Amino acid sequence: MHGFAGQTIRINLKTKKINKSRLPEDLAREWLGARGMVAKILYDEVPRDADPLGPKNKLIIAPGVLTGTFVAAGSKCGFGAISPATNGHADSSVGGHLGPELKFAGYDLIVFEDISPEPVFLYIEDDKIELRSAEHLWGKGSIDTESQLKDELGEDFEIATIGPAGENGVVFSCITHDFGRNAGRCGVGAVMGSKRIKAIAVKGTKSLPVHDLKSLTKQTEAIIQRTKSHPNMAPWQKYGTALFVGWSNEQAVFPAKNFQSSYYEDWQTIDGEKLVEECVITDKACFGCWMNCGKYSKAKTKHGDIYIEGPEYETIALIGGSCAMTSIHDVTYANYLCDNLGMDTISGGSVVAFAMECYEKGIITKDDLEGRELRWGNIDDFEYVLRKIAYKEGIGKILAKGTKGAAEELGQNSIKFAMQQKGLESSGYESRWAPSMLLSFMTADIGAHHNRSWSITVDLELGRDKIKEKAPVVIYLQHIRPLYDMLSICRLFWGELDVNPEEYVESLNYVTGWNTTEEELMRISEKVWNLTRAHYIQRNGGPGRNHDIPPARYYEEEIPSGPAKGKRLTLEQINLMLDEYYAGRGWDNKGNPTAEILEDLGLDHVVEDLKKIGQLGEPLPNGIPKVRGYKLKPRAM
Amino acid sequence: MRIKVNKSACTGCRLCLQICTIYHFDEINPRKAALRIEAKFPEPGTFKPVVCTQCGKCAEACPEGAINEKGGIYYVDKEKCTGCWECIKACPFDVMFVHEDVPYPIKCDYCWKCTEVCNTGALVRVD
Repeated sequence: MHGFAGQTIRINLKTKKINKSRLPEDLAREWLGARGMVAKILYDEVPRDADPLGPKNKLIIAPGVLTGTFVAAGSKCGFGAISPATNGHADSSVGGHLGPELKFAGYDLIVFEDISPEPVFLYIEDDKIELRSAEHLWGKGSIDTESQLKDELGEDFEIATIGPAGENGVVFSCITHDFGRNAGRCGVGAVMGSKRIKAIAVKGTKSLPVHDLKSLTKQTEAIIQRTKSHPNMAPWQKYGTALFVGWSNEQAVFPAKNFQSSYYEDWQTIDGEKLVEECVITDKACFGCWMNCGKYSKAKTKHGDIYIEGPEYETIALIGGSCAMTSIHDVTYANYLCDNLGMDTISGGSVVAFAMECYEKGIITKDDLEGRELRWGNIDDFEYVLRKIAYKEGIGKILAKGTKGAAEELGQNSIKFAMQQKGLESSGYESRWAPSMLLSFMTADIGAHHNRSWSITVDLELGRDKIKEKAPVVIYLQHIRPLYDMLSICRLFWGELDVNPEEYVESLNYVTGWNTTEEELMRISEKVWNLTRAHYIQRNGGPGRNHDIPPARYYEEEIPSGPAKGKRLTLEQINLMLDEYYAGRGWDNKGNPTAEILEDLGLDHVVEDLKKIGQLGEPLPNGIPKVRGYKLKPRAM
Repeated sequence: MRIKVNKSACTGCRLCLQICTIYHFDEINPRKAALRIEAKFPEPGTFKPVVCTQCGKCAEACPEGAINEKGGIYYVDKEKCTGCWECIKACPFDVMFVHEDVPYPIKCDYCWKCTEVCNTGALVRVD
């Protein structure tokens, strides 16, 4: 078998039994790896009533088939589990060097089962696999733990860690690697903490088997030379994703004060220009990436200088804009705090922004804050609340449940401005004047994350006020973008530097020796999408449409300022988009997958599972659409 | 003739390590590369590529005469090498490497491939 490292590991944390086995090629070909493999294992193996933070949930680590190979940014490592934030399938990936290192050690998949009685970390050095004591690391910050393990084991180990938030079950805890890269979303860090795994340390010295290395090398060398002069290369190298802060604000999609507005007046205090000018000390790339969008920064704080990779666009949006910060040093410091305490900066920023709005509205008061205030843009207030969340103390106990869980507990209609979908906080795009982006968030299988479909440019291309004919493009994007997560590579070379999907198919065939096609891969991606949807409905009840309606802020409040002033969507328009979306997917009008689409994709067993709970979609009068999704990819620059 | 290193331009992407092993071993395995990147994180947050300067100290240390200069570049004679690793100890920059699959030291021969893939100017060919 080529491309894959060839082995899987199953670890029972309770019995400490470690089983190694060969990765079956048919399974690899059918599910590709990373997100695909995660979806299958979670669906097949985790009981529907399993507590996400209990012994029956599983934590999966899965680099993909192209990870570690000589392709553009073959860097990603997938993590998967049932999410404590959404109670559904979750996959979240991290760049850096962890995924490649796992492959060089010989592994494509690690599945953790049950719960360890005491804190442990997983040690892998090629064939040597051990669960080692992490008593001395428990309680420490993510960055501090990585640093200490590098001192103990050697600089050449790649390490992923959790922080106190993960240990304490904060539902938006992340897994941190390489001093500031994160598998951030869906609370995979909380699942890791619930299993009492503090860290994973890997060193691999083996070669990766590739079917036709000569052709792959020739192809990738040509892509390197071609993309070096692409007009987007230089700005991406200089600013990374922070490049888009100004653009996003100009387009009126930048979240300000917990998404109250889509325009942030003080954006120039926290944009890419400011970041590079004041904080960046070195560019930092993931494995095999010549675009180096990672920015490693130093921020001045009253506690002294701190060092962290970031902040990226999403962090600037959710901590900077959404919490109304006016200093790039404060944003960078907040980024560091989230990382070291072990929380996703998107959800972490959003939860604090939600709390700030609750304070503004008198829903949270000084009595809940030990007499303190919680003011927009105040870094001390931000730090206070964030620490309370990480250790689940005081108000932090409520906020540790995420915006949805916290709003349910705080009441007073705060759910209206809990900016999440299915329990996952929205990434940094205020979408009242970007209907297709809102539809992307509403229907994303893991909750409101932009990696499933980012479609601001679709709204720009087809018309900002237009509602119809956008759903098919969202469906296309929901297949192509997660495909990169299954191949486990960065999608930015496709999105920003015009490396075409056909070129990736060619690379995949050189790597594996398969003769696959874009069509075959897109069908796998669609299959995974339908599986994760069916899984979500089975765990959370149906019909599916119930889970796809966005927070009321989107349809009850007009945008108060900026270029989109006065804009909002109506609930009727939102439902119209869903109608078109479901029809376009071959689901019924309640948002449940039909037998016909599931069987067409080879998910026959799922038909029975949905039937059993009365949530199988009604047959569509004209059958399912032959072509699902419409290919369109307008670019921002 | 040398590889000029602009250390502040290195981003730690390791493309140089990959391409090195592809051309010398027909394999993808950064652990078999003939250069290395020193990373110092979290503080001060720096990368530094370290490359062979063809200083010849390895050849001086070799008891078998298995490392010889030709046109300013020192090459390892795989037949003559006995794997005593004296050269590894003698290398002032720690850029001769041992890998358990390879019975001889891994050493840079200025094929320039690393300079061709580097997109940041961290490694530059100087003739």
